Amino acid sequence: MHPFLSLPRISKRAWKVWHRNLVVFLRTWKVNFFPPLVEAFLYLFAIGMGIGTYVKDIGGIPYINFIAPAILAIAVMNSAFFECTYGSYVRMYYQKSFDAMIATPLSIEDVIAGELLWGATRSVIYVIIMLPVLAAFGVISFPASLLVIPLAFLGGLMFAGIAMCFTAITPSIDTLNYPSFLLITPMMLFSGTFFPLTLLPVLFQDIALAVLPLTHLVAVMRMLTLPAISGLLILHVIWITLVTAIFCIISINLMRKRLII
Amino acid sequence: MSKHWLTGGARIQTIIEAQDLKKTFGEIRAVDGISFAVKKGEVFGFLGPNGAGKTSTMKIIACVSPRTSGKIQVLGMDPDCSPAEIKMRIGVVPQETNLDPDFTCYGNLFTYSRYFDIPPDAAQQKANELLEFVQLQEKKDVTVEKLSGGMKRRLILARALINNPDLLILDEPTIGLDPQARILIWERLKLLQAKGNTIVLTTHYLDEAARLCDRLVIMDNGKILVTGSPADLVKQYVGNEIVEVEKTDEVISCLVANNIPYEIIGDSVQIATESSREVIRILFDHCSPHKVLTRPATLEDVFLKLTGRKLRE
Repeated sequence: MHPFLSLPRISKRAWKVWHRNLVVFLRTWKVNFFPPLVEAFLYLFAIGMGIGTYVKDIGGIPYINFIAPAILAIAVMNSAFFECTYGSYVRMYYQKSFDAMIATPLSIEDVIAGELLWGATRSVIYVIIMLPVLAAFGVISFPASLLVIPLAFLGGLMFAGIAMCFTAITPSIDTLNYPSFLLITPMMLFSGTFFPLTLLPVLFQDIALAVLPLTHLVAVMRMLTLPAISGLLILHVIWITLVTAIFCIISINLMRKRLII
Repeated sequence: MSKHWLTGGARIQTIIEAQDLKKTFGEIRAVDGISFAVKKGEVFGFLGPNGAGKTSTMKIIACVSPRTSGKIQVLGMDPDCSPAEIKMRIGVVPQETNLDPDFTCYGNLFTYSRYFDIPPDAAQQKANELLEFVQLQEKKDVTVEKLSGGMKRRLILARALINNPDLLILDEPTIGLDPQARILIWERLKLLQAKGNTIVLTTHYLDEAARLCDRLVIMDNGKILVTGSPADLVKQYVGNEIVEVEKTDEVISCLVANNIPYEIIGDSVQIATESSREVIRILFDHCSPHKVLTRPATLEDVFLKLTGRKLRE
């Protein structure tokens, strides 16, 4: 097997890295809890009510209800992705935190696994803060929408893994702008988020389903919040799980290659 | 601590043992087949110019960089096989300051203690003790960014002691510090030494090495040139004393005529000798010197003699 796909040895010490990040996050909780609230309101007003005035419904679903799961999915993507690109890069390169940690019983595999788990946790925290806002607007249904919380962890882990691969190979913090603008922004727009995937030409639909991870996350989120659960849910979750596993493993091996010389 | 199966609980006397240790980065041989042994309770120094391979050696000992070949045992274990077990029992002061800027002084120590599975109560007590040990108790709740360079190095020393290490590894512990801060670090290291700690350090401050080390090696180009105690090395490679004379053609031709070996450094001539009296007598009798100075030979003379005077990058 290719060395980048070999299974890294991770110990439960990875949670100590996760814990360290959680402590820092909670210490500045006021700053950290504010953006998800604001973001939920902004999207709901600007797109839901603004555009929603013209686009009454999509296939019988009120437009604001249609975009509510997309708002959650985008939040999952952004919080994990930016945590494990810029956040992890700063800790690795500028703060030398990884160097300090691997001088202790932690291995580099533990450190990166902890960072990935933390990225996923940030997605969960973001979603938990957004859910009451969406509930207050009456645009998501309960109890099925509560399943969005564990889904946020899985989806968060996927984007954390993808992000960490970029962090492992980026020559500088500036070059992290490329994946942000060339991958994350298009994904935010063309993954069945603000308009159905079926409006795209068939070829693009296929491409979106094949390579845009957000497509699958939005699809599952939407099934849960409407709710409109179908058998396809399983396929989407399997796709997400596989991609998550592959990218997390590759990212840890790439980071080992970068940092252990 | 559980008894070792092999020694039946007897104290292991050799803390580090390396044989033909090598580390290569592509074509560069950073560590080129070195062998050494560090005994329990000794302060062991690695000296050498920049790029000699000191830091690479430290990283192999600290289990953060795998060796290319050769053998090494740290605390009776192989860094390739048991890195977590070794790292549990060592403390590392890295060359680069890598304190966690998201935390206070106390927070840095407490957070670090968790990586060693130290229970919170014990960690709290230990962190306070160590802040006192490095005289930072007043800065306990200050974020590390607000500390001076010397305070940061002291905090890193405290951090390295959080797990009561059996072996302390210091890579340039006093680099970039003012004399006061260096003296404080030296005092603390002397205290640790007195308590029986085993310490391995790298430095290119030769006064620091002479002051602290029981034994040391001088490295250059990845190889160990000499091993010994500072005093023995000085005696063996230089002699007791150095006589420095202002460089004039007359002095030089006179030294040559009297068969006295010398070395020219800048605008002075240096003569290493067992007895400066004899040399000075000859100088004044035959050479009409301008300025003459006698001083004890130091580790710096050994160092420069062995590694040359060419500037290193």
